[in-house]
Amino acid sequence: MVEDVIEKKTVKVIKVDVDKCIGCRACELVCSAFHAEPKYSSTNPAKARIRLIMDEFNDIYIPLYAGEYTDAECNGRNVYTIDGKTYDECTFCRASCPSRDFFKDPDSGLPLKCDMCLDDPPLEEPLCVQACRCDALTYEEVEQEEEKEESPDEMETGLQSLVKKHGTKKVMESLARISKEAD
Amino acid sequence: MRYAETGYNLEIDLSSGNIERVATDPRDMELYLGGQGTAAKILWDRVGPEVDPFSEDNLLIFSAGLLHATPVPSATRASVDTISAQTGLYSHSLFGGFWGPELKHAGYDKIILRGKAKGLVYLWIHNDKVEIRDASHLAGKGTMETAECLKKELKDAKVQVAAIGLAGENRVYMSSIEHYNSSASRGVGHIMGDKRVKAIALRGTKDVYVAKPAELFDLCNRQYKVIYDKGSSVMTHSHNEAWHTDVFAWGFARERRKGFWNKELEEEWAKVTDSVFVRYNGCYNCSIDCHATISYPGRRSFSYKCYGKLTYAMAAYQDVAFNYDIMGLTQEYGLDSFSTPQVLAFACELYEAGILTDKDLPDFPEDSGKRFFYLLEKIVRREGVGDALANGVYWAARQIGKGAEEYDHNTTKKFEQVPLKLGALNYPYFLMYATGAKMNITQIEGSFPQNAIPDKERRKAFVDKWEAAPDKFKKIYMEWEPRTQPPIDAAVAIADWNETMHYIDDSVGICAFVSAFKGQFNKSSYHINNYPEFISLASGLELDQDKLWETARRNRTLIRAINNRRGMRREDEKPPHGHWKQRLPDIEKQLIDEYYKFKGWNEDGIPTKQELDRLGLGYVSQDFIKRGILTDDKASPAKETSA
Ligand code: SF4
Ligand code: SF4
Ligand code: SF4
Ligand code: SF4
Repeated sequence: MVEDVIEKKTVKVIKVDVDKCIGCRACELVCSAFHAEPKYSSTNPAKARIRLIMDEFNDIYIPLYAGEYTDAECNGRNVYTIDGKTYDECTFCRASCPSRDFFKDPDSGLPLKCDMCLDDPPLEEPLCVQACRCDALTYEEVEQEEEKEESPDEMETGLQSLVKKHGTKKVMESLARISKEAD
Repeated sequence: MRYAETGYNLEIDLSSGNIERVATDPRDMELYLGGQGTAAKILWDRVGPEVDPFSEDNLLIFSAGLLHATPVPSATRASVDTISAQTGLYSHSLFGGFWGPELKHAGYDKIILRGKAKGLVYLWIHNDKVEIRDASHLAGKGTMETAECLKKELKDAKVQVAAIGLAGENRVYMSSIEHYNSSASRGVGHIMGDKRVKAIALRGTKDVYVAKPAELFDLCNRQYKVIYDKGSSVMTHSHNEAWHTDVFAWGFARERRKGFWNKELEEEWAKVTDSVFVRYNGCYNCSIDCHATISYPGRRSFSYKCYGKLTYAMAAYQDVAFNYDIMGLTQEYGLDSFSTPQVLAFACELYEAGILTDKDLPDFPEDSGKRFFYLLEKIVRREGVGDALANGVYWAARQIGKGAEEYDHNTTKKFEQVPLKLGALNYPYFLMYATGAKMNITQIEGSFPQNAIPDKERRKAFVDKWEAAPDKFKKIYMEWEPRTQPPIDAAVAIADWNETMHYIDDSVGICAFVSAFKGQFNKSSYHINNYPEFISLASGLELDQDKLWETARRNRTLIRAINNRRGMRREDEKPPHGHWKQRLPDIEKQLIDEYYKFKGWNEDGIPTKQELDRLGLGYVSQDFIKRGILTDDKASPAKETSA
């Protein structure tokens, strides 16, 4: 998925703690500025590669990173209930997908994908992490031998809060079930 | 190419249904910045003194600040400007959240509403697509309920909604405009209701450009930490309410209860708060989470900030649970949480005094809390005596009569003030209360400390780190003897500095909570010393401290002129009756005299021709002379203006 990650055998991990998110969307703003042409010349959260999935009426605040493009919606989706709140599967899915109007450029329609702020020279930390002062987003680099099928930050987004609320066991069971269904 | 601003206003005539996207004059940004400043210019040009606030010709202007949607952090406060039916004067309010930046991304700096819709409508603005839509299905709905409905109806969670509730629909003077965690109060909701606009829903996906991208971004990226470090210890996060319960007056702004607070209460109230607390949250691109979301059983969830936690409780002599309960309702009705509790407590006093009777208030409950709920229902529906109460304390007192006028002790220029009862006259505060145009002291004060630190060494240490202060104020502060009043000229300068910072904030859209309000604690992340750089890099304006100060002065003077033209004069400039126990008529006269002189206003509080012309407001002086408000002193001819 994130190719340079695999080559370097260093996995760049952005951890997402949804309970710490204050909903400021600074992450969206800086991401859009970073990818503006020329760099930083404009802002436009609609072009960000991170999106705060927000439903203030039900206290849902989930920062979600843009992942791969897909040309079709998946059929068969799950609905999660976590701590009494209901999320549909798309909430945790990173795809730039026809089912949603974000993770694509609002003008051209081209898919957007988080590139971990690829820059030369490289940034110390991705900009969204720098802008997130309340530590909802934190950054780590971990050495990793094997290839991973899924990007770790995607896992972190959903799982961290699931595990926190329900314990590892329950989450593992659900995951096993979901992966069967997905197959 | 325009930087920071979009260069377009959206003009909507609700009577005719005409909608226009109008290019603005780049010179206006130079002269008035944006937000409140450019809104004032439009009100001056287009809403004459003869215009009744409830007429089609009154304008309701929603403005994004100049820095909204740029990378500058905490630029969140949209400005709402109009002429209020309550005061008959210029009325201004601000609200944060996401709405102002969204407006910019939709491609507009302002929405200017004129006329009145035939039935209740809402506006749907999605970039270039602008529609006036029927809102009959939203009639009577709560503000957050409306927002939730519209987000569903428009199928986009990122639609940003600002809505009025039942109070606004019924033109209750205390009604607010609510959006997410913020509300525009201080007398703008009733004009939105009069225009029959239930809500404005926005979605914008356009770029907003800045003049000096790399430098600005670098500066802003560092600013997040500054804001976080200076601001994260906000009062909303504390369970200790010793300060609010001690300093503010209870009931109808009557009585201080010193020593009310104690450890047991703190534990008890903390338990209540913890049981209904949902999350701290903040506004767009701000590192502070100064709002708390509360979900009280049986109510929709709402957000409060700071003293918002206690305004109803203290007015009703109740506890924090009561406050949460009633706020769950008042937010949906869309009511100002400062002025509304005052009106409710006022009605309770009138009942106790026998001025309002069981005939006016049939089945009026015994319990003060239940009384508040009872009155609320009457007010938002304008039922019975609620119809008079819905006009605020000043007008209600006069409509009810029978001596009720005597109870109007806490208004200034017909507007309810924060509940404070103090002893010795405070010179700078006297000036701010008497002459301020922003109707609530929290929107005027903030840069200069309210007390001198007694210990000289510690005071010196404070001053050494005091980034926000120009040298002149460091000197005043160092020379200030604790428990005395500063000299008159210092008091005038302090009042001027305090309000100047708000005039800057409110034109660029920066939240006073990280700026003007925080200088006194050395916690302001924006101040006169660093503002010019942020504004210049974002907008391309050439600006230094003097020029920025002058711009704020121009805005202050223009707004003053709007009010002068509507008849406001020196005799209207009084603090709330009984705010201070001590009154010093001679000193007060001197204070006003010196303040007017300092501002370049004549003895009646009207800006002189010379001052107006100097500020580039020659169009105002010409108008004043034509109307006989000023006499032509044959001074030098007016400079070029943008009029
Ligand atoms: S910057 Fe952090 S706190 Fe703000 S919305 Fe993004 S993840 Fe949440
Ligand atoms: S967003 Fe993800 S979960 Fe939703 S339909 Fe598309 S691929 Fe499936
Ligand atoms: S890591 Fe960089 S590219 Fe990815 S979402 Fe964050 S700011 Fe955008
Ligand atoms: S300081 Fe508070 S009110 Fe101000 S912008 Fe930040 S979160 Fe909003």
